[in-house]
Order: sequence, then structure tokens, then C-alpha cells
Amino acid sequence: MSRLHITASVNGDHTEFLCDPAASLLDALRDTMGLTGAKEGCGSGDCGACTVMLDGKMVCSCLVFAAEAQGRSVQTIEGIAEGSVLHPVQQKFLEHAALQCGFCTPGFIVAAKALLDRNPDPTETEIRYWLAGNLCRCTGYDKIVRAVQDAAAELRQERTPA
Amino acid sequence: MPSPAFHAPDTVGSALALLAEYPAARVLSGGTDLIVQMRSGRAVPSAVVDLKRIPGMIGVRQDGAAFVIGAATPCTALKDHAALAANWPGVVEAANLIGSVQVRNRATMAGNLCNASPAADSVPALVAAGATAVIAGPSGMREVAVQAIPLAPGKTSLAPGEFVVEIRLPARAERSADAYLRSIPRTEMDIAVVGAGACLAFAADGTCTAARISLGAVAPTVLLVEAAGTALVGTKLEDEALDAMAAAVISACDPIDDKRGTAAYRKAMSGVLAKRVVRIAATRAGVSA
Repeated sequence: MSRLHITASVNGDHTEFLCDPAASLLDALRDTMGLTGAKEGCGSGDCGACTVMLDGKMVCSCLVFAAEAQGRSVQTIEGIAEGSVLHPVQQKFLEHAALQCGFCTPGFIVAAKALLDRNPDPTETEIRYWLAGNLCRCTGYDKIVRAVQDAAAELRQERTPA
Repeated sequence: MPSPAFHAPDTVGSALALLAEYPAARVLSGGTDLIVQMRSGRAVPSAVVDLKRIPGMIGVRQDGAAFVIGAATPCTALKDHAALAANWPGVVEAANLIGSVQVRNRATMAGNLCNASPAADSVPALVAAGATAVIAGPSGMREVAVQAIPLAPGKTSLAPGEFVVEIRLPARAERSADAYLRSIPRTEMDIAVVGAGACLAFAADGTCTAARISLGAVAPTVLLVEAAGTALVGTKLEDEALDAMAAAVISACDPIDDKRGTAAYRKAMSGVLAKRVVRIAATRAGVSA
């Protein structure tokens, strides 16, 4: 089967790539584009380590065919920091030690940012439900929840005019 | 996994032509079941036909007081449609119990239906609501009740070359409402051990005039338990009526023992959940129960 030629926007950059028809978006990001931030944990949509934004909606990139990205916009963990300045969600994950092995972290950060982009002041329950599709085997989640709450507070401060 | 052909047609007609050309093709909407099955080797399609580029396949529109849901509409989009969520809260909530936010941003009710899992969360809610599925196929379009589609775990009544185009929810009657609940050992990201749906309508004096009760995860397919509905019609949901409804539900169950729950537990819980959904639907319809 011949490879497919796909054109998409990846982290705001016009991107063209070739993919096998059965390749996942995760395969294309990691193996073709060299964007190895998104991880394959389970390959079945249970763990969220491969979370990316597809046309502004968070999805498991292991459960998207690369070919489906044709003409669409993909945002990955690599597009979240602005140059060398970390996004507040990233900074707070560091400050709160909300990661240990780090394998799940890119997925958590993409998902947490997606939550705060639509809900600047989520309750702890809302945070926990929103992140239910992201599994972490190290932290016990508590530090992740605190980091997201703290990032939300900082983002609200930034948005408040002085 | 072996490489199938990948096509993303932009009309129903060209999708049907592709399904005729590739008899072992599978249609793709959200992919949250299909891609997992392909990766495990359970599904080996010769072609994947992505329906999402066909206009109308994604989105909710109102047809008079009825709702038409494109087959590739993700579950989260249902929640974002205020009129749909207000009219059919049971259906919208059921669809938004499935998986995680990531999964619900892709997964569709039509896919949930055609995957034909006995434990599909949105299907009992659709059955209770009296939903129908519009199917496109080589001999034209046909419309069937949702419960006519699943035949057995993983098997549907769709003929070769057919696919679901849209799901239709009827105009909701005055003083009526729906509800769906499932029982899982966790609070999120799990598969129903028992699911129960209800859609009830009432007269102005609070007498139940119509009732549809459905069950998931307690039989090879989702069930519409007509005897359970009959037990409520003509009553004001007194305790005896609810007990009779629950007894009908329990006797309709034909569950299995598995790692999620025993058959005995599923039977007992089906009656409990059915009573709870009936009470929620009644409250939503403005009747106390």
C-alpha cells in the first residue's frame, strides 16, 4: 500500500509528511516529525500519555489515524512553552514536583492546559474528572492536582488587569 | 497492523461506492473502538472509510421538535448543544459517561451503537428515548429503531455495504423526560456493570402515560423491557408500581459472570438502578416520585 501525503498545521507550522495508511497520528508525530513529547503508554486510549490537541480538542493521538490530520491543526506538548519561557502549567508541575518518571507528564500538561483554557477556575473535582483519562503510576495524583490549581490561580492573576 | 486503504469521501454516495468496492472495509467515525480492534488484530479491514468529511455527518440539527445527530458527532459536542442537552439529558449524560474527555472528543453514539457492546452506555439511553437510526446502503436509505441494530456482542443487523448516517431523537412529549445511570466500581473510565435508562411521560395529574425502560450490560444486547414500562403506565409511581417495574427488569436480565461483576449482582443492581432512573426521569418531567 502506498504511503499517503498529508498536509497539516503542527504547532502552528505548515507541515507535510508521508504516512502509512494505518499509522497513528502518534506514530507520525514521533517517528516522522521527531516530536517525541507525546508518549505511547497503552495504545488503546486508556492512559492519555499521547494526548494532543486536534482542531482545539484534546484527543489520544494513538487513536487517530495520521491520515485524519489532513488539513487539520495539531498542537503538541512541544508547542506549549513560548520559546524558553515555560507555560504556567509546566512551571507549576516543576515547582510542585508533580512528576517523577515523567512519562505521563506531557499528556497531563496538554490536558491540564486544555482545561484551564476553557475553565479558568476549576474545582478540585472538575480537575480530577477532566484528568481521569490521564494515568500516572508515580505521583498518586495529589501533586498534579495542586500544580493545576496553582497554575489556574497564576493564570487568573495574569488575566486580571492591574 | 496490516495496511488497509484509507479513504475520506465527501458524499454518502462515494462512501457507499467505496464500501461496495472493498467488501471488507470498515467505516471510521471516532475510531475509539475501530483503531483499538485493528491494533489487536480483531479487525482487519481492507479499507478504512472515514465519514467525517461528509457534510452533515458531524453536528446536531433540529428538525421541528426532533433532533438529528450526524453519525460522526463526538459525544462532547452533544453536551455543547444546549437544546439537545435540555430536551434529552439522559442521552447526553449517557454519551458523556463513556471513556475520558480525550475519548469523548472522538467517540460517537453511532459508533457506540454499531460496536454492539452489550455494555455500551449511550445505547440504553437511546433505546429508552425511542431513537431511530437512519442507514444508508446500496438500496437506498432506511430508518430503524436503535434497538434493532445490535444482534449479539459485536454483531449488528447492518447489511454489507450499509452504514449509519444519523441518529434521530423524536420530539419529546409534554411532561416527559429521560434519564440514564450506570453502575461501575470506579467513578470514571470504566465499563458499565449494569446500565439502566428510562423515558417517562405523564398526564397533568401525574399519572404515567408512557414508559420505556432499557438495560445495558445484563444480556448479550441492550434490552428494551416492555413489561417494565407497562408496569408503570396508569400508575402514579407508587411503591408497588416501582416494585413491579423492578421485578420485570430483573426477570428480563440474562447476565454473565465476569471480572466486573457476578450475574447475581447484575440482576439485583438492575432493579435498583431502574428505580433510580425512573425517579430521576419523573423529577425531570416535573412529577415527584
